[in-house]
Amino acid sequence: MSCAYLLLALSLSVCLGYAVEVQRPRGVPLSKRQFYEENKPFTCLDGSRTIPFDRVNDDYCDCKDGSDEPGTAACPNGSFHCTNAGYKPSFIPSSRINDGICDCCDTTDEYNSGATCQNTCREMGRQERELLQKQAEIAKEGFLLKQQLINEAKRQQEEKQGKLSEMQTNRKTMEDKLEALRTVKEVAEQPEKEAKERHLKAWEDQKAIIHAEKDKAKMAEVFLELDDDEDGYVSVAELQSHSELDPDSDGALTEVEAQGLLGGVDKVDASSFETAWVSIKEKYISESQADSAAVDPPAEETRQPVPDNEPYPEDDPVDEEDENEDDDEDEEDYRDEDGDKPPPSVHTPEKSEPDEDAMPPYDAHTKALIDAAQKTRDDFDEAERALREVDDQIKSIEKELSFDFGPSGEFTHLYSQCYELSTSEYVYKLCPFNRVSQKPKYGGSETNLGSWGSWAGPEDSLYSAMKYDHGTGCWQGPNRSTTVKLTCGKETVVMSTSEPSRCEYLMEFTTPAVCQEPLPDHVLHDPGEL
Amino acid sequence: MAAPTDRMGLLLVALLPVLFSIADAVDRSNFKTCDQSAFCKRQRDVKPGQSPYRALLETMELSEARLTLQLINDNNKVRLLLELYRLQGNMTRVRINELKPLRPRYEVPDVLIQEPPTESLLLLERDEHGMVLSLGVDDQRLIINARPFRLDIMDGPKVLLSLNSRGLLVFEHLRLRKDTISHKISSTVGSMWDKIKSVFSSKTEADAEGVENDVEQNEAEKVEEVEEVTEEEEQPGMWEETFKSHSDAKPSGPSSISLDFSFPGVDHVYGIPEHADSLKLRTTDGGEPYRLYNLDVFQYELYNPMALYGAVPVLLSHTAERTMGLFWLNAAETWVDISSSRAVQGGGDAPQTDVRWISESGIIDVFIMLGPRPTDVISQYASLTGTQSFPPLSALAYHQCRWNYNDQEDVQAVDNGFDEYDIPYDFIWLDIEHTDGKRYFTWDPNKFSQPREMLQNLKDKKRKMVTIVDPHIKVDSSYKIHKEIRSKDFYIKNKDGGDYEGWCWPGNAGYPDFTNPEMRAWWATMFAYDQYEGTMDNLYTWNDMNEPSVFNGPEVTMHKDALHGGWEHRDVHNLYGFYVQMATAQGLIQRSGGVERPFVLTRAFFAGSQRYGAVWTGDNAAEWGHLKMSIPMCLSLGLVGISFCGADVGGFFKTPSPELLVRWYQAGAYQPFFRAHAHLDTPRREPWLFGPENTALIREAVRQRYTLLPYWYQLFYNAHRTGQPVMRPLWLEYPGDPATFAIEDEFLLGKDLLVHPVTDEGSHGVTAFLPGEGEVWYDVHTYKKHQGNLNLYIPVTMNSIPVFQRGGSIITRKERVRRSSSCMEDDPYTLYVAVNAQGTAEGELYIDDGHTFNYEKQNQFIHRRLTFTEGSLSSSNLSPDSQFSTASWVEKVIFIGVPKPSAATLRTADGAESPLEFEFDPASELLALRKPGVNAGADWTIHLR
Repeated sequence: MSCAYLLLALSLSVCLGYAVEVQRPRGVPLSKRQFYEENKPFTCLDGSRTIPFDRVNDDYCDCKDGSDEPGTAACPNGSFHCTNAGYKPSFIPSSRINDGICDCCDTTDEYNSGATCQNTCREMGRQERELLQKQAEIAKEGFLLKQQLINEAKRQQEEKQGKLSEMQTNRKTMEDKLEALRTVKEVAEQPEKEAKERHLKAWEDQKAIIHAEKDKAKMAEVFLELDDDEDGYVSVAELQSHSELDPDSDGALTEVEAQGLLGGVDKVDASSFETAWVSIKEKYISESQADSAAVDPPAEETRQPVPDNEPYPEDDPVDEEDENEDDDEDEEDYRDEDGDKPPPSVHTPEKSEPDEDAMPPYDAHTKALIDAAQKTRDDFDEAERALREVDDQIKSIEKELSFDFGPSGEFTHLYSQCYELSTSEYVYKLCPFNRVSQKPKYGGSETNLGSWGSWAGPEDSLYSAMKYDHGTGCWQGPNRSTTVKLTCGKETVVMSTSEPSRCEYLMEFTTPAVCQEPLPDHVLHDPGEL
Repeated sequence: MAAPTDRMGLLLVALLPVLFSIADAVDRSNFKTCDQSAFCKRQRDVKPGQSPYRALLETMELSEARLTLQLINDNNKVRLLLELYRLQGNMTRVRINELKPLRPRYEVPDVLIQEPPTESLLLLERDEHGMVLSLGVDDQRLIINARPFRLDIMDGPKVLLSLNSRGLLVFEHLRLRKDTISHKISSTVGSMWDKIKSVFSSKTEADAEGVENDVEQNEAEKVEEVEEVTEEEEQPGMWEETFKSHSDAKPSGPSSISLDFSFPGVDHVYGIPEHADSLKLRTTDGGEPYRLYNLDVFQYELYNPMALYGAVPVLLSHTAERTMGLFWLNAAETWVDISSSRAVQGGGDAPQTDVRWISESGIIDVFIMLGPRPTDVISQYASLTGTQSFPPLSALAYHQCRWNYNDQEDVQAVDNGFDEYDIPYDFIWLDIEHTDGKRYFTWDPNKFSQPREMLQNLKDKKRKMVTIVDPHIKVDSSYKIHKEIRSKDFYIKNKDGGDYEGWCWPGNAGYPDFTNPEMRAWWATMFAYDQYEGTMDNLYTWNDMNEPSVFNGPEVTMHKDALHGGWEHRDVHNLYGFYVQMATAQGLIQRSGGVERPFVLTRAFFAGSQRYGAVWTGDNAAEWGHLKMSIPMCLSLGLVGISFCGADVGGFFKTPSPELLVRWYQAGAYQPFFRAHAHLDTPRREPWLFGPENTALIREAVRQRYTLLPYWYQLFYNAHRTGQPVMRPLWLEYPGDPATFAIEDEFLLGKDLLVHPVTDEGSHGVTAFLPGEGEVWYDVHTYKKHQGNLNLYIPVTMNSIPVFQRGGSIITRKERVRRSSSCMEDDPYTLYVAVNAQGTAEGELYIDDGHTFNYEKQNQFIHRRLTFTEGSLSSSNLSPDSQFSTASWVEKVIFIGVPKPSAATLRTADGAESPLEFEFDPASELLALRKPGVNAGADWTIHLR
């Protein structure tokens, strides 16, 4: 073929005006030039064989490692070196040589394909330099900010630490005080308790007397009611009309059973009725009530058949609002709408009968004792509440202190902050060390895209990514999760969000906290191949 | 892309949590069994026995190529008209329709590429029992038996095939509904017939022989002159049918047809796709028949005769001696029963296969393809419905798809990923989410705001894109497509005459009537660059959901009483997807002024769909069983003309293990349509997401595909010219070897490559059958030689793709794999010459511009024969009339299985001779000739001495 040994065109380097071109076969980097000596047999770089030099770049692959064809596409594993004067040199797979697509900015990969490539190296170099410069500036400023953040974090940390120990001391005092108040309370409660019990006892005795009297009256009333023939005796026959008294519940009150209830006799008078009364009073139904004691009818069937006027009921019920679709996100909403809430209860609790014989009020002495005890209780509760508050504060500070806020605490300031990003459809919210969420712009509730999990960067830069997981579940899928990638920036901003896989979100977040110490200026301006 | 239940589940998960409990498999209750399909049940209830049909020989008319004859059903006196044609190429066509139907019955248009040319029929004998006709070829004859009506096709003394031999011809004539006409006319005759009827109906299940029968027939003759059509008993489902909550109004009443075919001596039948089932069809006795009714089946089950997305009513029978085919040209819902038996024939115990076709409406129009070789049957079928369209070369390369690539940035990132990981690909695909609210022909204004810029970026890398265009159109008065269809009145109508509306991705949707040629013509114009805004010539099309899928319709499809002009959806159902793809392909051709070849992928299909593009096996799952099933499914499609077939690599539903994904890439790289695809709810699975090792394995599989693209292209050219499938079951090439008849875990590409993909988890080896007594096969990776006609155990590792090249073949490859196939256009070829036991080999090389119709319209192509015999390899022109120039040349020739030569010389067309350098590896008898350098389109000869 025609491309046995093509030299890199001198004119190219001339017109670029700098970088001395050294003759070497096409596609060979300067660093390997010495292996390609013109007119000397070429040994494949893996040493596998030696071929005449005219087989270098002759568009036929002789070396297994592809080293004989650095400038053609003949070897499947070859690579081509673009000098890219004005920009960065690079290697491309040799399959990209003469494929009609411009890969090297210096156009050298398309020397025989008919593709018209523009040399864009200078422009790319300029852009690259601008970009690097910009990044350097950002990094510089960012790094300064980071130092401030670190200092601030350190200050805050110390402050918190100080506050914590102060609170822990306070807490001890408060605990002691609480114990003292507990004793006071217990002392005050003892006489209160005794007085209240006395009062209660007196009232219960009185209640018992009243109750016995009532029973007696009832017994007399029943006797009269049972004594149908008004002969002053209640007989077995009279009793038998009350089948509810049947002791074995077989539905009939036999003579023998009735006799048994009357204490083994055929009839009793009012004075000896008491024995019988004891055994029947639980079951006895007054004759005046018996008729109205019918059982309540069963509750009416209230469920209505669901009206079935959908044309295709079994598979139609897509909600039209959903056509704008995507998402998924709002399962909970639907679940709410679904609303299988129990119907409001129809049963209002039975109104308890007003306690006619309510306990009489305490006497003045007891009242005084109660008031005194109550005061000690209030004091105690107050102290206990105060202690709990302090506990909560301690816990909260301890929790905050337990977070990994970076090697120098540079992420401390993100704690308890939230950052939002508004897209065409949603507002995304990142609350670092807490959670990520998404809320539709036009109605609908918030979806949890994950709660703080851990730092998730690669080993060498653990703090370059955060992982939030266990968010709202996806249908037939995992729970939502979000990876937050952190990059250096002067401001703390959510730059973008995306959902590369269903329910796996990616968020880009800039913060000075990840800015690295900028390289010294001379490194940046190293001419290199730029 | 997707089945509806899934997507709806997504929307509805909270509304109906119980309804959508996550199921692993198809919800069978959504789809009818034969028993739930009234006509199928009626027909299947008819048991084999004496046929009530009788040929009225005196009505016979024979013209040059057409014989007509009336048949009468002695039960009801309805007359049918039988038409017989002898077709060119050893085929017989049998048509049966009502002699005087109440209304015309549907006859499938547009599927045959032309009115099939006929040949003259010769009447050999005739008596009162029947007649004998010559079928021209050798001793082939057609015997018509009058009473009962029966057709036998004979080859000498041997019965090849019989029609109605089991008496299952049933033709439900069109009738008026009883409550709409006076019934008195037939009451007198009717009473006479009541007796006979009752005898018949009670006898249908009994042995049809016997005295009683004769009595009946005598009686029947007596009353023949009366000739009154008697009504059959009403049966359930004749005039109305409900399935679940859907009712089918059936204003035309019963109209189904059925006919049985017997194949004496046949044990193996194939075809009637699409089913997720074995290659060799199974008996359906005691089970469900195979069903052909295009349906969107959510999470389909394997080894199941349920209907799927497409239907090709073509069945092949095969024995070591003869292959035949049946093409049942009917587009209505169809069920096919297969039963096999062993009958005593000629003193021996011979198998027999009986096939019964049942369709809901239309006429009986069946093409009997008489072979005798498998390739003959395939050519015969191709002569009827056409061959595989010749795709653009790039469509044979690798396709990267996902539901969904989210936005332009995502597309860009994936595109870059392929370059970064140095994996070639040609097409990136966009599923439904790319549209503006599922309005096809539009772009999401936020996510795809600059489609032309995106397409140009792809074009700059010589890559292409496919967007989805489904046939359901959002009902939205501000949507141009909808407005135009409505204003032109192109929508399918519901039974009451209004526009049919159903639920699909966009919500409420209309369905354009693609059976209407005006509608199709209009649809095609919508693909013009100025109509489909933001498009360019590197954008192609995907037609999904074209069964059609109607989420809230019966069986997730359209109501059968919907109206396509004068025809019911019932009549045309299985054609809908065929027409959608036809119109779309036409659109792509038109937008380029007829210059460029289209590429359209479809999910639904019918006989003839091969003419319009590619199909895939729908919504499969990331399971090993589905990977295995991709082979018989595509083999079955290839047998019925549809070569451009593939399954979603990786599996659509669920998430593949890295091992399954790698194995699927390896298998897919050797199947015709090679596209990875994934469901919306699955994690990303671009090839580089599973670690460097798996990335390397996938890269290698895809690269193997790209090196073989010249061979693939040649196979598709061949498929286009001849209809012979690209992916072939072994029995097609080794028809005499019964060991090949049921093989479905390996296949041939053309006749020269045998592929046995690894389809088992944790596999350490596969056993491949290498066919052909006296054949030799070479492992394409190790060049190790194996004898044919044996089972070979091949140990495998994760990078193994067992592939063998047949000794005696020459395969051309391009070994400089680049980032897309278009980048490889001018690259040189390497020839792999694998010699057979006789030391010879031959092959072909086809080259054209890869994307236009110029090969056809202007004869611009190169087609060469490569032959190696007696130590000389030469390239000669197979098509002297054509002209094309290529920059490609021959960079290397590899001979496998040859002794070491002492010298190799190249002789070019001008007579110049030059020595060639070579390397020889005695262990594998591998000879590599260095750089012949001749142009791929030139004449040349290489001599080995």
